[in-house]
Amino acid sequence: MLDCLVVDDSRTVRRAARRMLEARGFAVREAEDGQQALDACRAALPKLVLLDWNMPVMDGITFLRHARKEFGPDEPQIMLCTTESDFSRIVTALESGAQEYIMKPFDDEILAGKLEVLGLLPDEAA
Amino acid sequence: MSGAAFETIASLVRTRAGIVLGADKAYMLDTRLGGLMRELSLASLDALAAKLRAPGSERLAAAVTEALTTNESFFFRDGKPFEHLKRVLPRIAAARGPAQKLRIFSAACSTGQEAYSIAMVAEQLGLLPRLEVLGTDLSQEVVRRAREGVYSQFEVQRGLPVQMLVKHFKQEAGQWRVSPALRAGVRFETGNLLADLRHLGNFDVIFCRNVLIYFDAPTKSRVLSALADRLAPDGVLYLGGAETVLGLTERFTIIEGERGVYAPVVRMAAAG
Repeated sequence: MLDCLVVDDSRTVRRAARRMLEARGFAVREAEDGQQALDACRAALPKLVLLDWNMPVMDGITFLRHARKEFGPDEPQIMLCTTESDFSRIVTALESGAQEYIMKPFDDEILAGKLEVLGLLPDEAA
Repeated sequence: MSGAAFETIASLVRTRAGIVLGADKAYMLDTRLGGLMRELSLASLDALAAKLRAPGSERLAAAVTEALTTNESFFFRDGKPFEHLKRVLPRIAAARGPAQKLRIFSAACSTGQEAYSIAMVAEQLGLLPRLEVLGTDLSQEVVRRAREGVYSQFEVQRGLPVQMLVKHFKQEAGQWRVSPALRAGVRFETGNLLADLRHLGNFDVIFCRNVLIYFDAPTKSRVLSALADRLAPDGVLYLGGAETVLGLTERFTIIEGERGVYAPVVRMAAAG
């Protein structure tokens, strides 16, 4: 089963993301900040990390840089999911090793499209 | 709404756009036409229908047709046709002279996402300078938007990989504008698929996805035949995943192993 670590300091966002991901067959774990996310990844590396940018303790971009250094360039796949929507922020995230980027607010359709781009949606045509 | 009012509106969109509006779709009239009715201070669909039946209602008829035309669209919709295009376009390009344009038709192009997605594929293949995408749609408003090439944050996130967003769009006051390089390969016009298509010229590839579903069988056959007339013998037709040519025309044959991808049946020249 595909698994996703949802990293966001907002409980509301974590719950909404969990609902959407579980509906698509993902097993979901949660973390409230970058440090908790790093600990969770060390315990078991997920296939996908859905990552907020602005969080206390350790922000998303710091987590991203740590994760790429520690776990390598490809795994886990990391998708920012943040209110930061400036072009330069998106470029920074990509240059730091993110594979995808969602600008909040988002809905199930946007998330599904991005999962498809990442090759993480089952092929419905098959 | 009275049965007569529904009949007036249904017959209007059938004549003008070929769209078959079944009685089960009556519920959508209120939603789709609500804005127009408020604009014209019309209290009900019956009042709107009465106005449509009155003389001099041409502009209103166009506005009603436009409001009832489905305009849903997003970048790289359904993914697979664009993966197929990526494989097939180099073959078509090689079969043409190096200076020859690669002409692609985006039929019922809506707000242009399909046409720009095609241009992004061509850019990846290094074929953008040879590309000429023509998008047509019945609705003047969506053609205006397609030409403008400006999309909301929501629109650019539906199906578009973020790397493509960064590469091909510029951020402007919370909106995203398609780059001039992509726009140079894409053109939009208002046009009706039920009208004569000969003036559009010939195409190497035709995208006509999720359009036929709104037509009745004779209209589907007619449109497919008109598209066959416009497609190169080695060209490709893309239909929506839920659409087929079976029982409608013998001028296309499905490409084995693909869904919604068709090749024209090349007719032998008459002997003699």
